[in-house]
Amino acid sequence: MNTSMTDIKHHLTDALLMAYSAGTLPEAFNLTIAAHLSMCDDCRARLGAFDTVGGSVLEQCNRAPMDQGSLEATMARIMSAPTQAEDGKPKPGAASDLPAPLVDYVGGSLESVKWRPVGMGVKQAILPTSREATARLLFIPAGAAVPDHGHRGTELTLVLRGAFQDETDHFGPGDIEVANEDLHHTPVADIGADCICLAATDAPLRFRGLIPRIAQPFLRI
Amino acid sequence: MSVNKAQPVTIETKTYAQDWVAHIERIRETGDTRAFAELFQHFAPRIKGFLIRSGANETLAEECTQEVMATIWQKSHLFDPTRASVATWVFTIARNRKIDALRKQRRPEPEDLTWGPEAEPDQEDALSLQQECAQLSQAIAALPEKQRKLIEKAYLGELSHSEIAEETGLPLGTIKSRIRLALDRLRHAMK
Repeated sequence: MNTSMTDIKHHLTDALLMAYSAGTLPEAFNLTIAAHLSMCDDCRARLGAFDTVGGSVLEQCNRAPMDQGSLEATMARIMSAPTQAEDGKPKPGAASDLPAPLVDYVGGSLESVKWRPVGMGVKQAILPTSREATARLLFIPAGAAVPDHGHRGTELTLVLRGAFQDETDHFGPGDIEVANEDLHHTPVADIGADCICLAATDAPLRFRGLIPRIAQPFLRI
Repeated sequence: MSVNKAQPVTIETKTYAQDWVAHIERIRETGDTRAFAELFQHFAPRIKGFLIRSGANETLAEECTQEVMATIWQKSHLFDPTRASVATWVFTIARNRKIDALRKQRRPEPEDLTWGPEAEPDQEDALSLQQECAQLSQAIAALPEKQRKLIEKAYLGELSHSEIAEETGLPLGTIKSRIRLALDRLRHAMK
């Protein structure tokens, strides 16, 4: 899925790209960022630069000696692994109307999303991620507003389809809005078409550690 | 694109960076176990050190490092020298293994973009990028101690995203442009 890449005006921040490269973000943020990167080669190139920094940190890392026979054990792993089985299967996302990273989480295409109404015609579907942050798909009917939208923490909103306008700017397909706790906004979908967004927030769910790990399997319904 | 503007890359650095690219090619083309052994000797102790610094115990770090090295062999056909140095590519594989093993999370990755059998990455583009990577490493090494430590902390998972400065002071512009160009060429070849 490559939506008119040159039209993307709202991009990821350096801090988020570096954290994504370092691998320290919650899964819901990683998912939203990976979806934007699939649509935006500018941010993908910026990520490449941050990954290069990671490569350099790895090069400079203090070395820990490997166990005796470690190379032989690794060769045995390689020889016993099935060879290149993945090359035959079609690329995820090739047949979907969603960016590739979302396909697994949704279980196919937009058609397979299990929407739940949240009022005023707006619908949402929570995606199964680790609970440090939440990822949801939002469906905003043409011309409608997302009701009462205050949040704490960081919120990322990626437009997949249609467009919305809020107090800050206009956001079209591929655009990502990075909002912090200072922003109180009321996104309104453009009148021309329904708007579908992927939104990730780290504010409402704050528990860490044991509970999310136990709960996680049950959330993958 | 021509190879260069004036730049202070030493001969050793060039050879050094290029060497690992050739190692990956040898593994991919002929299953060269000697090339792999050399790569292992260089990278495995660094990956293990990186994983231990990131919170893995010795046993888990050893196990994960072996898995990362095996992945390097298995995915050698996906390495693109116009977009990453070998160290960069190894880092991304180690990071993903770390998220999986230490944080017990899936790591959503952007859609794969790879050269098909008909087209291949350009040698000169690859050489330029490898030189840029070497230069960036030198630039990082030359940063003031305090700033360098902050970058290390970010990549070792000791800073949250809100603690990472929006202005990193890293000279990433050139390398970003090179990767952007490589992506354009790849997109064009994929059509």
